[in-house]
Amino acid sequence: MSVQASPTRGPLAGSGAVFWREMLLLRKRSRRYVASMAVSPLLYMTAFAYAVGRGVEVDGRPYAAFLIPGLAAMSAMMQSFSIGSEINVARFYWKVFEEFQCAPMTDLAYALGEVAAGAVRGLLAVLVIILVGLPFGIVLHYGPWFWLAAALNSIAFSSLGTGLAMIVRGHQDQMLLQTFVITPMAFLGGTFFPVDRLPSWLGTIIDLLPLTHAARAMREAAFGQTPPAMSMAVLGASALIFFMLAHRVVRKARD
Amino acid sequence: MIRTRGLRKVYPTATALHGIDLDVREGELFAYLGPNGAGKTTTIRLLTGLAMPTSGSMRIAGHDMASDTVRAKMSCGVSPQAVNLDRELSAAQNLDIHGRMYGMVPADRKERMDRLLRRTGVLERAHEPVERLSGGYQRRVLIARALMHRPMVLFLDEPTVGLDPSIRRDIWSLVREIREEGTTIFLTTHYIEEAEHLADRVALLREGRIVDVGTPEALRDGLGRWAVDENGDGRTTTYFATREEAAASCAAAGGGLTLRRVTLEDAYLQRTGERIQ
Repeated sequence: MSVQASPTRGPLAGSGAVFWREMLLLRKRSRRYVASMAVSPLLYMTAFAYAVGRGVEVDGRPYAAFLIPGLAAMSAMMQSFSIGSEINVARFYWKVFEEFQCAPMTDLAYALGEVAAGAVRGLLAVLVIILVGLPFGIVLHYGPWFWLAAALNSIAFSSLGTGLAMIVRGHQDQMLLQTFVITPMAFLGGTFFPVDRLPSWLGTIIDLLPLTHAARAMREAAFGQTPPAMSMAVLGASALIFFMLAHRVVRKARD
Repeated sequence: MIRTRGLRKVYPTATALHGIDLDVREGELFAYLGPNGAGKTTTIRLLTGLAMPTSGSMRIAGHDMASDTVRAKMSCGVSPQAVNLDRELSAAQNLDIHGRMYGMVPADRKERMDRLLRRTGVLERAHEPVERLSGGYQRRVLIARALMHRPMVLFLDEPTVGLDPSIRRDIWSLVREIREEGTTIFLTTHYIEEAEHLADRVALLREGRIVDVGTPEALRDGLGRWAVDENGDGRTTTYFATREEAAASCAAAGGGLTLRRVTLEDAYLQRTGERIQ
């Protein structure tokens, strides 16, 4: 006679399994991932910091030093958001997502596991950017404020990626999100240039983007300053709101 | 063990199930037999919480799927039709993740995993990526994973589809062993032979409706034990209670007829006017 497992489970039960699965996959693909995290920043550093920006200073600092924290914010955003692509493949191609749906696990537990895994990818991307900066002689201050901003940024975009992966109806939709949401934000969100040099109306719009605040907070922290409270608040609020969105839409993935 | 009442599922373009009433008893192997598109997978998706019913109720092991979802799901193990394992991970890792998901403690996970991998014949290849295993091995891993948390009900959705006959028989042996241990099994299949070999009772499903339920013998015996097919189009069949009567009919016709045993396919054909395969 089969014995039923204990039914006493809290609302977060199972989230560890979701997170653990993503970590196993991350470890399995670690070389590929780290290489992909390093290639674009290396190109940006070579093209923008050395070829175009050599000798250029921004706010009294070398352009390369300005660029590295921005690249870290952008890379964390892209890598944590890309958890959505992983979910998309698991959902539509390999059908692994159905294993989670069959499990006695709350939507909150599933969302938490995926968002945490996406955030780890984001933080790993930040680490890679820091290492990319070393051969260029860029050593900044990577203290607690820097990592807190990076973590909030990663949680926000991991949550957004998880939530949108629940709403999309296929791979094509996922590609569109990358094209219309992430790429514009990557180029306009204060990664490559100071936002305050834009026309005020455009600067106001760009100030609404979470990445702008991530780049600002991480840059200030990397320069040894306390990040602006407003930027940290926007990042915290974005992380919370996007996580709530992700939690709410998990059930939409059910047919 | 499984009880549904008025289970309906309506999709925007079609009605997949038209009010299914099911009563699957504890410890039995219940086969759900019908052609592709009859609603077999939809029923399993509803019973395992993968999809929401439009109306109707479901109870698994006494737990209502709508109001007591966690306990109902804890009672279910699912081996889906599509192999939904993490292919880059090993069989052991797939089972371990499943055990974590169901709240099993590490020592119990390890013990259960070793036992299931040994029993399903996967132990020696337990640490290879699943993508390197053959279809038959992958199917075994799916069944092992479904049993990991000791479910009371095992759902097998077309467990031998796409497998060659010898591997299919291996899977049947495994399913019989699981049933003999007392696990209730809900099996969907469109293979007549599979339902006849394995099932205690069979439900015949057509276009989202159950047309009959009974033991394979009872479903067949309503027609007689023997059948004679006219060889021309293979669709005209006459049924006889004994082999002698059937043989006499063949002899009287002077050839061009085939004598065979009655199968569930005949039962299905008689009740629906259609063939399963």
